[in-house]
Amino acid sequence: MTAPKTLYDKIWDAHVAHTSEDGTCLLYIDRHLVHEVTSPQAFEGLRMANRTVRAPEKTIAVPDHNVPTTLDRAKGIDNEESRIQVESLDKNAKDFGIHYYPVSDVRQGIVHIVGPEQGWTLPGMTVVCGDSHTATHGAFGALAHGIGTSEVEHVLATQTLIQKKSKNMKVEITGQLRPGVTAKDITLSVIGETGTAGGTGYVIEYCGQAIRDLSMEGRMTVCNMAIEGGARAGLIAPDEKTFEYCKGRAHAPKGAAWEAALAYWKTLFSDDGAHFDKVVTIKGEDIAPVVTWGTSPEDVLPITASVPAPSDFDGGKVDAVARSLEYMGLNSGTPLSEVEIDTVFIGSCTNGRIEDLRAAAEILKGKKIKDGMRAMVVPGSGLVRAQAEEEGLADIFLEAGFEWRLAGCSMCLAMNPDQLAPGERCAATSNRNFEGRQGRGGRTHLMSPAMAAAAAVTGKLTDVRELI
Amino acid sequence: MDKFEKLSGVAAPMPLINIDTDMIIPKVFLKTIKRSGLGVNLFDEMRYDDDRAEIPDFVLNKAQYRNAEILVAGDNFGCGSSREHAPWAIKDFGIRCIISTSFADIFYNNCFKNGVLPIILPQEQVDALMKDAEKGSNARIEIDLADQTVTSSDGDVYSFEVDAFKKHCLLNGLDDIGLTMEKVGSIDNYEAQLSSERPWV
Repeated sequence: MTAPKTLYDKIWDAHVAHTSEDGTCLLYIDRHLVHEVTSPQAFEGLRMANRTVRAPEKTIAVPDHNVPTTLDRAKGIDNEESRIQVESLDKNAKDFGIHYYPVSDVRQGIVHIVGPEQGWTLPGMTVVCGDSHTATHGAFGALAHGIGTSEVEHVLATQTLIQKKSKNMKVEITGQLRPGVTAKDITLSVIGETGTAGGTGYVIEYCGQAIRDLSMEGRMTVCNMAIEGGARAGLIAPDEKTFEYCKGRAHAPKGAAWEAALAYWKTLFSDDGAHFDKVVTIKGEDIAPVVTWGTSPEDVLPITASVPAPSDFDGGKVDAVARSLEYMGLNSGTPLSEVEIDTVFIGSCTNGRIEDLRAAAEILKGKKIKDGMRAMVVPGSGLVRAQAEEEGLADIFLEAGFEWRLAGCSMCLAMNPDQLAPGERCAATSNRNFEGRQGRGGRTHLMSPAMAAAAAVTGKLTDVRELI
Repeated sequence: MDKFEKLSGVAAPMPLINIDTDMIIPKVFLKTIKRSGLGVNLFDEMRYDDDRAEIPDFVLNKAQYRNAEILVAGDNFGCGSSREHAPWAIKDFGIRCIISTSFADIFYNNCFKNGVLPIILPQEQVDALMKDAEKGSNARIEIDLADQTVTSSDGDVYSFEVDAFKKHCLLNGLDDIGLTMEKVGSIDNYEAQLSSERPWV
């Protein structure tokens, strides 16, 4: 009888290819996702050293960060540096023989949406990408995390990573969510509770009834922001919903291989009595629709609250909050529901999936956005866009006054032309509210797609429960 | 990779907590396909105004810190994205060591791949070194990786922890990929086992 293991322990143990005397491990990587921004230097490194990609069949590339999302993007990319990065990925994918979804392919989209959609991401796998939001894939019970460019090169060359094991952390969300509360509110509320460094050194397993009740899309939203809580990765044990989502996907196993995979996947859960080094429990009923007010994802409050004061905090946070409020142009004591916004961005690897668009469209049905508001929906992939058109969601967005864009990372990090102007205030469904994140001087409030849609209608941060 | 053994240099104080990778190197500079030349854009939005003029109050624009080789920073330094452009920019500026109470995981790992040493110390020791750094260019802080010590300008010595493998690679300037290639037999064996146990991978 072996000691009880966590889900993370099980996946870790199944992927150790070599252990050195000092405990450093070579962790085998099942899927390597690649995009255009963090990979050019890695491919260049391979060329310089005359190395090849060890497992091109496990390596998948798609351009997403730099690509324009306007409908005329077939004409090419205006910005020369952006164009060169995307062209470099085209060339590297071809030269090294890796799977590739070019800009012109309907399956193109944000790498963390394309991976699961195409069945590349499966339970029990190790998944890495030169992007911190790789944590998204943890929703499938895969060990998934971001890596730097040197590590991208290391995985390309060796299909392994040099790793030491992290500690285990359990985040349990008990009970049921109240109406108007979504996966985004869960993940933001957890970060609000634990802080942006609360998960440092840990891999988080999210569990509890409220997590089980989420769809796969919702679970991806929760795991996506594990990195914002400082964790190396976030995981959710796979269940029937996971298997159902994977079944029939282009790169998921079929026939007898499916049955064998399924039997293995059903062993992927934390055993009773498994040890967690840290446990956080939040009641689902206590979670409200939330927004961020500052420039760190931990600056989270229910929409019914008011802008805090620096004196509400301790230590280094006092100065940080003073700086945040000045940057955000907010005064302490102002009710959050009175904060007026200029722009609404619905999209990103956090909230650019079909369920997110359905939730936003549900609020917008038969309504118009506030006069003068700039509002855009950027679907997470070409397939999400096509499905939303088929379901009539695109018409709802267009009739409400939203722009209906092509797939990409877009205004989440504003590497393409979709940016905020200085002082512009945005209700965003993305994942980071850092200074300058959406454009120099831009002000970001993070929230769920339904909350962002509500803000588009009223012109200010709004409690979505008033519109449902 | 460049070796890191000992360093004696000016330390710049950045007490702000949660200094994120967008602050360290804004995304407009991620469009490069090279690793070099990013130092001029380190902390770009804090360092320059809209007309690209230096903001005099920013620490690295002050005469005494323009050649800083060490940063003493607030908690959770390097949080945010996985962009290795952050340590590339730091190194290119000339900074080889960052001292803080904690670092974000990916940033911490990325530093070691680039000859930059991130040092974690308890709050009160970081506070003391922050005060030391505030003295300007006359106060040099010394780092000894082999001994795992930081020595303040007043001679106070603080010990730090560092993973033995990471230390070994940094002291000797070793290339990770080369080291892993030596274990290729283990990877071959693992893949053979994988194809029988989990063929769908």
